[in-house]
Amino acid sequence: MAYLQQVATIFAKDLRAELRTKEAINASLSFALVVLLLFSFAFDPSEETTREISGGLLWIVFAFAGTLLLNRSFARELGNDCLDALISAPIPASALFLGKALANFILVMAVELIALPLFGIFYNVRWTSQFWQLMLVIVLGTWAMTVTGTIFSALTVNIRLREVMLPILNFPILIPALLGAMQLTSSLVAGKPITEDNNAWLKMLIGFDVMYTAVSLFLVETVLVG
Amino acid sequence: MRSKILTIIAVAAILLLARDIYLITGFPPERNQGAIFKIIFFHVPMAITALTCALVAFTASILFLATKNFKFDALAVAVTEVGLAFLAGNLITGSIWGRVAWGVWWAWDARLTSALVCWLLYAGYLMLRNAIEEPTQRATFAAVFSIFAFMDVPIVIFSIKWWRTQHPQPVFWGGGSFPPDWTAVFGWQMLAILLVGIVFTAVRLRQEQFQREIDSLRREAHAL
Repeated sequence: MAYLQQVATIFAKDLRAELRTKEAINASLSFALVVLLLFSFAFDPSEETTREISGGLLWIVFAFAGTLLLNRSFARELGNDCLDALISAPIPASALFLGKALANFILVMAVELIALPLFGIFYNVRWTSQFWQLMLVIVLGTWAMTVTGTIFSALTVNIRLREVMLPILNFPILIPALLGAMQLTSSLVAGKPITEDNNAWLKMLIGFDVMYTAVSLFLVETVLVG
Repeated sequence: MRSKILTIIAVAAILLLARDIYLITGFPPERNQGAIFKIIFFHVPMAITALTCALVAFTASILFLATKNFKFDALAVAVTEVGLAFLAGNLITGSIWGRVAWGVWWAWDARLTSALVCWLLYAGYLMLRNAIEEPTQRATFAAVFSIFAFMDVPIVIFSIKWWRTQHPQPVFWGGGSFPPDWTAVFGWQMLAILLVGIVFTAVRLRQEQFQREIDSLRREAHAL
């Protein structure tokens, strides 16, 4: 019980810090918009083929915008040596990690849920037809992104080229999860529900989430404390 | 003593390679693909060596985190670099084969794609190391990332295979089999390339140890 409370404290602190300044979330949101705009030059938005690859486009937007948020997660703690204070706080490192990961998850989800209807409008995609299944895929994909992104954010916070290193480390690891999310999103956006045919992607996504959450919780102590 | 053993292994590897290449050039061209098929004698052993390297790097990383002995960190970085070189060789030979057999340098075939993803993963490992100055932190973070990367390899291979089966497959050779003398040479070639990998790793490992010695001497000089 105390553990959950510790997680909740970190979670609330991170969300409060972000919502008061709104630096990262504003940057992430406008970046998502810019990328959405750029895609319209790369692919004809009104064509049928663009709708077929829409799941892929959407997840590239999510991954790029999410990286901006995740980069800030631990970098925010650098000023005034807040990171050292957090590490010396009497809570397990895994609670710290979980609280931060959950806060990142909420922030990334918020950006995604704003970008999604805009995407639907710009590209004339009727994404609401399989709404709940789409939400499930987005939640699972976003958790995959935030759990690896948060641990790599901790890994890269003190090193040179921090902003560059996070996507370089995170994207290759995420490829299976992103691939699954893209495949599922494309067919869901086209109005086709998840069937036995693409059920395996969903299982893979869940497996990815469970596995990397477990390993991250196990290794985060090593990353933060050494 | 150690360098003597290393020299012996290196000479054995060179002799084996020379013998294999001589024998391979003597084989008749394969019926459907012609001479290009023989690239398999380099392509597949390199892939298997690279995979072995990844396994060793994973084990060394776990051992480093468990013992904090820098020997394991040195082994992890040495074997990752060598594995990356072999995987690059595997990708390049595969690409050359693809140009002749399929007519394109690159097809988004399951194996090619997953090999490329693995290459990127381990390139990220080396970049991460380069970006960290402090040795203990570098070794710890690199070990953590290596564990993450190794766990990803099977999922990457599975998922990309699954992704590709939804699309038309490039024509691969069917379930053909090697004649017995080819199989024997293939086995020897496997051994030769594995030995080359061991020699490279050992040399790189020694370099890493010297580097550590130099660093500690430098620190000592600084302290004085």
